[in-house]
Amino acid sequence: MRGRLETFLTLAVLGLFALFIAWAEGNLNPYYQRILNTAFVYVVAAVGYNLVNGIAGQFSLGPNAFMALGGYTAALLMLPLTQKQMVWFLQPLVWPFNAFSLPGHLFIVALLAAGLVAALGGLLVGYPSLRLRGDYLAIATFGFGEIIFVLANNLIPLTNGSLGIKAIPEYTNLWWSGGAAVATLLLVRNLASSSFGRAMRAIREDEVAAEAMGINIFRTKLLAFILSAFLGGIAGALLATLITTISPTLFTFTMTFNLLIIIVLGGLGSVTGSAVTALIFAFLQEGLRFLEAPTRIGPWLVPGIPGMRMVVFSLLLVFLMIFYRRGLFGRSELSWDLLLRRLPGRRQSRAPHL
Amino acid sequence: MHLTSKPRHSSEPAVPVAASTDPWPGPLQASAEAPAQPLLKLEGVSMTFGGLRAVNDVSLSLRQGELVGLIGPNGAGKTTVFNMITGHYKPTRGRIWFAGQEITGLAPNRITALGIARTFQNIRLFKGMTVLENVLVAHHVRLQASLWSALFRLPAYTREEEAMRQQAMELLREVGLEGFADAEASSLPYGLQRRLEIARALATRPRLLLLDEPAAGMNPEETRDLTAFIGRIRERFGLTILLIEHDMKLVMGICERIHVLDHGVTIAEGSPEAIRTHPRVIEAYLGEDEEA
Repeated sequence: MRGRLETFLTLAVLGLFALFIAWAEGNLNPYYQRILNTAFVYVVAAVGYNLVNGIAGQFSLGPNAFMALGGYTAALLMLPLTQKQMVWFLQPLVWPFNAFSLPGHLFIVALLAAGLVAALGGLLVGYPSLRLRGDYLAIATFGFGEIIFVLANNLIPLTNGSLGIKAIPEYTNLWWSGGAAVATLLLVRNLASSSFGRAMRAIREDEVAAEAMGINIFRTKLLAFILSAFLGGIAGALLATLITTISPTLFTFTMTFNLLIIIVLGGLGSVTGSAVTALIFAFLQEGLRFLEAPTRIGPWLVPGIPGMRMVVFSLLLVFLMIFYRRGLFGRSELSWDLLLRRLPGRRQSRAPHL
Repeated sequence: MHLTSKPRHSSEPAVPVAASTDPWPGPLQASAEAPAQPLLKLEGVSMTFGGLRAVNDVSLSLRQGELVGLIGPNGAGKTTVFNMITGHYKPTRGRIWFAGQEITGLAPNRITALGIARTFQNIRLFKGMTVLENVLVAHHVRLQASLWSALFRLPAYTREEEAMRQQAMELLREVGLEGFADAEASSLPYGLQRRLEIARALATRPRLLLLDEPAAGMNPEETRDLTAFIGRIRERFGLTILLIEHDMKLVMGICERIHVLDHGVTIAEGSPEAIRTHPRVIEAYLGEDEEA
């Protein structure tokens, strides 16, 4: 009964969401569409990142690397052949990418391929570093990010180096980005509330005890890490086909830092928290642009300082860590159960949620 | 409590979780081997950390259904012995057998899957998770449904999750924690946290349970409750138990046999009466002013 009500509410919200996208895709002004698209891409990346850092409790610094892998994969697959010849004018593009290009209706293939390539990268970094306890993962993933950056700059026949890849067709629209965000949210929520998710949280809480309860620590961590890399790859692919130009500087550590702010603000371990703060973050990033423009305060003209927005985010993070350490949502999830319980006149239900 | 008391479910075959109708199907493997063969056997086991020999040539064996105490002064190597049995340490020398199979150096999770569960000297609950979730984690090892069915919440998964929850609730009822199912584990009072840790270990369906100082930090009343509790679960779940404890009343009260370590070496082994009067034990462990 309650389960059915929750399913109904979820479907109703999804329906409304689809209606909104259908409306926004045609009518919303392009500036807001762009912000919304970016916001949804952040949701995919942040929720995936939170799977490793928040739920499994393993400190990874690698999402920028996985997004880069995904972005370049999608660009190489989707860029039209004529455009490929124009972009790689210094050195020719390597086979097989110089011989084919996926048509628009196979965009989904490019997205999945981007996810798989990133997942493979995840396996490559995760396999050696997740066997060790402690902060090795942070160091290894950080190093991996730098390696990817150097490779992207120097593997010119594959990446066109620091010039980047231009005029990628803009396939990402609100249907794709919104759809990916919803799918990510549902899948990660399902995973987190399942026995696999419990195993991951048990590892976060106490690795020794989790092992003594029969959990294969290495396999469980690797699972979280690879799934997270997969989602990072998808986010990178969506981003590449949204802003249509990618270069190594798009996927520097700043990207990871942004995502880290999002998941910490949202509450490490809260899937819905990451999603909500990802949306807020994308809008704040635009909304705070005035900070970097010249302003007149009374008689003084203050010149714009580039990077002020980052200062605000960092300060926000510092304050949150001091006064509200667990983030916006802590480890709890926004769920129907929670909302229904808050409604006046309803008796608190004791049924296990999810 | 008799040595010969038969575990209630020992004759049942191992049943897959989802198909089972009995909320508590009992230990995973039925005890097929003859009772004469020890369930757990340590053969000349040693453990060296750098230059320190923590455990030196210890041999120990437990028969099915026994309750054995492992005692000794602080630093005698008792917990190290536990860590070697459960695979957290790989012994420098010697071999360990469980139910006729060598388990020396296996990973802890594999040893747990074979039927050995433990508690820790300092309680190691999954603090941020609920009481029910703590017990559910121990069910993960027997999950049959695939990752995909969990990701997409297919019926194959939801059915198994439902069965797991019922079994976990059943277990919580058995140990008297059902009222706390949705409470965060760290919010329980100390004595109940100890009890939850034992319940969590039971949920892995062990044949052998290792308890590391279960009464540490408990007042006499809590210790009395715990003693009764250990006796109850032993009978209910057909357990063999190895117990580290400093509380002599508890040890002498429930252990059928006692193994004494000092500086990593076995100094005595025998019935509680024999140990109580053993001169080397009195010298090493109980001191000159032995309590009555």
